[in-house]
Amino acid sequence: MNFPWLLIVLLTPLIGTVLLFVPKRFVPFSDQQIALYSSLITLLFVIVIALQFDISSSATTQFDIAFDWIPVFGITFHLGLTGISLVLVGLTAVLTPIVLLATEYEVQKKNKEFLMWILLTQASALAVFLARDLFLFYVVFEAMLIPIFFLVGRFGGPKKGAAALKFILFGLAGGLVMLAALIWLYFVAVNQLGRGTFSITALSNELKLDAWTERWLFLGFFFAFALKAPMIPGHTWLPDTAEQATPGTSTMLIGILDKVGTYGMLAILLPIFPNASIEFAPVIIGFAALGIIYGALIAIAQKNIKRTFAYISISHFGFIVMGIFSFTSIGMIGSVIYMVAHGLSTAGLFLTVGYLIRQKENSLISNFGGVTKAAPVMTGLFLIACLSSIALPGMAGFVAEFMVLTGTFQKYKIPAIIATLAIILAAIYMLWLYQRVFTGTETKESSNIIDLNKKQILALSPLVALTLLFGFYPAPIIKISESTIAYTMTLVGATDPQPMIRKAVNQ
Amino acid sequence: MIAAVIALPALSAAVLLSFGNRTNKFGPWLAIFASTGSFLIGLWHFLQMVARPAEERPALTTVYEWLSVPAAGFKINFALQLDQLSISFVLLITFVGTLIHIYSLGYMSHDENPRRFFAYLNLFVAAMLLLVLADNYLLLYVGWEGVGLASYLLIGFWQHKPTAAVAAKKAFVANRVGDFGLSLAIMTMFIVFGSVSFSDVNSGIVGAPAWVSLILGLLLLLAACGKSAQFPLQSWLLDAMEGPTPVSALIHAATMVTAGVYLIVRSASIFNASEIAQTAVVITGAISLLMGAIIGAAKDDIKKSLAGSTMSQIGYMVLAAGLGPIGYVFAILHLITHGFFKAVMFLGAGSVMHATNDNVDMRRYGGLPKVMFFTTITFFIGYLAIIGVPPFAGFYSKDHIIEAALSHSWWAGAAVLFGAGLTAFYMTRMMMMTFVSKSRWHEDVHPHESPLSMILPMIVLSVGAATMGILLTRNHVFEHWLEPITGFVEPEPPLPIQTITTITLSVVAIGVLIGIWQNIKIAKVAPVKVSFVVKAARKDLYGDVLNETLLMRPGQGLTKSLNIFDNAVVDGFVNGLGLFVSGISARLRRSETGYVRSYAMSIVLGTALLVIALLMVRI
Repeated sequence: MNFPWLLIVLLTPLIGTVLLFVPKRFVPFSDQQIALYSSLITLLFVIVIALQFDISSSATTQFDIAFDWIPVFGITFHLGLTGISLVLVGLTAVLTPIVLLATEYEVQKKNKEFLMWILLTQASALAVFLARDLFLFYVVFEAMLIPIFFLVGRFGGPKKGAAALKFILFGLAGGLVMLAALIWLYFVAVNQLGRGTFSITALSNELKLDAWTERWLFLGFFFAFALKAPMIPGHTWLPDTAEQATPGTSTMLIGILDKVGTYGMLAILLPIFPNASIEFAPVIIGFAALGIIYGALIAIAQKNIKRTFAYISISHFGFIVMGIFSFTSIGMIGSVIYMVAHGLSTAGLFLTVGYLIRQKENSLISNFGGVTKAAPVMTGLFLIACLSSIALPGMAGFVAEFMVLTGTFQKYKIPAIIATLAIILAAIYMLWLYQRVFTGTETKESSNIIDLNKKQILALSPLVALTLLFGFYPAPIIKISESTIAYTMTLVGATDPQPMIRKAVNQ
Repeated sequence: MIAAVIALPALSAAVLLSFGNRTNKFGPWLAIFASTGSFLIGLWHFLQMVARPAEERPALTTVYEWLSVPAAGFKINFALQLDQLSISFVLLITFVGTLIHIYSLGYMSHDENPRRFFAYLNLFVAAMLLLVLADNYLLLYVGWEGVGLASYLLIGFWQHKPTAAVAAKKAFVANRVGDFGLSLAIMTMFIVFGSVSFSDVNSGIVGAPAWVSLILGLLLLLAACGKSAQFPLQSWLLDAMEGPTPVSALIHAATMVTAGVYLIVRSASIFNASEIAQTAVVITGAISLLMGAIIGAAKDDIKKSLAGSTMSQIGYMVLAAGLGPIGYVFAILHLITHGFFKAVMFLGAGSVMHATNDNVDMRRYGGLPKVMFFTTITFFIGYLAIIGVPPFAGFYSKDHIIEAALSHSWWAGAAVLFGAGLTAFYMTRMMMMTFVSKSRWHEDVHPHESPLSMILPMIVLSVGAATMGILLTRNHVFEHWLEPITGFVEPEPPLPIQTITTITLSVVAIGVLIGIWQNIKIAKVAPVKVSFVVKAARKDLYGDVLNETLLMRPGQGLTKSLNIFDNAVVDGFVNGLGLFVSGISARLRRSETGYVRSYAMSIVLGTALLVIALLMVRI
């Protein structure tokens, strides 16, 4: 068996959680330090893994580690790393310490509990991205709801209870449908293969589903993932949750956990249900394009800063889904980069504005104005997050958006053109918000805003650095995810379109 | 090595922005140093290039592989292409840019935060250089939006002014409409040619079906309209005058707004392949040049009048670029001469504003030659250049465009000729109102000449405005220089060249005379009883009204009603479903408490359910 790197990565935040409750005389660190160090150690392990990851390997997964869990049903505790999971594990490992460092201010009371839930969120996210057994995936997919539920329900704004409830009901609804599909899939596997298995690799390589079974099962899983991502019309929980949740929670939720939806599409739907994926692709692309525009238009009309961000994310998730179902290398790799870029920009937006909202206990746009005078550094960092979010060239978001659009345009012209309109809408929703909150006449409310201190700047600067790095040099993400995408394309039986005019002499 | 041209100002901007107030003291000097260094490196490359024979002049430097997905044949390099066209821009940008850096030293000396201003200027120079040096459309796009960002930051530099903040956003959004076209063009290039580099597109377009060049041409024209403030995306430029005046001179006159012309000339092979696209370009240029001139003739705000003039002059360049190989060289020639004479006039306007407590109303100027000698002289040289008096620069570049336009069609010729008359009129009006007439200053205004750091750049630029035309057209030197890149065909106008020049000069003379005659007496307050043309021109020919009624108001209505729809219908359905279910469950589950734990419980139950179901089947 390999050195259990993945298990170690998964255990680190759990150990951190346990250490929070060990009496202080045994642990010479504050709660804050324990959480931060554990997340930094996780990051360190992930870097070690990434350095060992073999991008030229033809194996589906690497660093595999598997135990029998419930052998009667062929359920195993199987962790493994694909290129795409490595990218998302990396995103999780980077964002968690940033959230912990940046949100020290978020709670005064119940700090220990807050830190615990953040670490558990991280652990569950890591588990989802590493699970190679569909049953394990389902369990952690559901378990993921718990820490966020408590983070929203116990640390949010005035209507936190209702928001948390809505969040978990949507989550459970998706989970329930997925559960039904999972059981059905199990029976199909038993009948066909003569043994029960939940191994994602086995299911995708060995199973031959008949057309209608595949369609229904596809829809079952898709329902769960589309609620999570979220796609329209199943998106309404997100604005309510984001409005009530603390900025740190929103970053964990929208920056990381919502990616589970799009990750599930890439890593589970496509490999296991390739034919249905191809069949439904045009409809899904249509919905995605609609969602991109719909989310962007409604974002313009929002009066609340955090709700605006939520609708922007709905628009952006449309891009990610569109790239995935374009079934082109460019579009799918673009989606993977988009997940990272969106994670970074979402963190930048929520965390920066979090400092502002925190000071005034109010997230209405109309409450602010001319903040730049009192808080120029905050303004600068927020503007960078804005520009990254609207995919300004030079930022990671641009590479991602351009690749998704180009990939989609290769196969679906009209949806791609419609989606491209979003670059105009993006400038409107983001810069109008920036204009009203940060520039113009300074309001009385904004005059005594305190600018960021050194620690807060330190917490946010990795976001800026990474956004620029991947904007000018996206090769690491492309190289890591390339072979997994190529493998997925083969499973689905999709090929990249050739240019209309072959390059002439100079090739 | 050429990468250093971009890297120098980019690094300087990065240092000034990330180290903040700590760099306040030396910030402006660092920025000037970076810009000067960039100019010197550019000059060195230029001299080396001149020494080589024409066919060996272009040089390609691949810095690194930017985007590459081998499986899809998708490869875009961070590569810089230095050729006769791009080096011309490099010199213009860094030379005028450096002068305006120096000018800003004096102009911004009273500002709270000149360091940030200089950082943005450096950012702009770096982005603009990337735009003109990129060897492919996607990298060009990085520079393209980069200059848009710098423009956004600089228009809104005085962020506390709501008008500045609104103008900045408007410029960015209008530019993004153009970018929509550029994005689609780049995507189309990729699916057609499998590449977005200039060389691959150029070689591919020859055998491509006609619709490819037509679509690409129109999309690129849309992009150019956004960036270069051409009809129908022109309205942002007038508002952009909210920015500090050095910005108006550098970005919104000499360099950035001309990027659309660069894009069209750089894409010459695409436009050459589509006559319809070319005609669209000529029409856009003709409409814009007349609109801009009419707007410029009615404004009392000196900067807005100059902005209208910029739109008009770029209209000339766009029109020339639409004429094909007979026009490309002259489009760029006019772009360069315009860079000099418009910059000097903007800087002159800035100097006047500096002297009159930031007043921009020409109705309160007058009587300035006595107190502002250098400003008056340099502005006057700019004036002679723009209206096309020989031997000043504008005469040469504009005369060539008129010849080329006449050989294209009678209507294009008529538009440029009429435009020349209008230009002479509105510039004479500005000259009369600002300098020649008697003083009409506000009471507390005591005009004085500007400091040396401001005067010096104006003098240098005015020398350029006076001599650039002769220098570049003597022995057809500029035509020979650019021909290998853009191609060149001698225009064959229907009239002898002397006749055309005579007609042009007569039209200009008429414009000047009307301008003088109408502005002998100037009221301190703008007259109200004016013709409908003037009324319309004062309102920017209803550009904003049109935008508002056609786009903004319906757009706001749409977003608002969608928001209501989303809350009431989409979310309402979900909530209704929730109520319905909870109504049932309330009866069914009286023991249900609604506590958090019960929902956590249901997750556990779900898992258990699965296990039980599985067990049952197994047994």
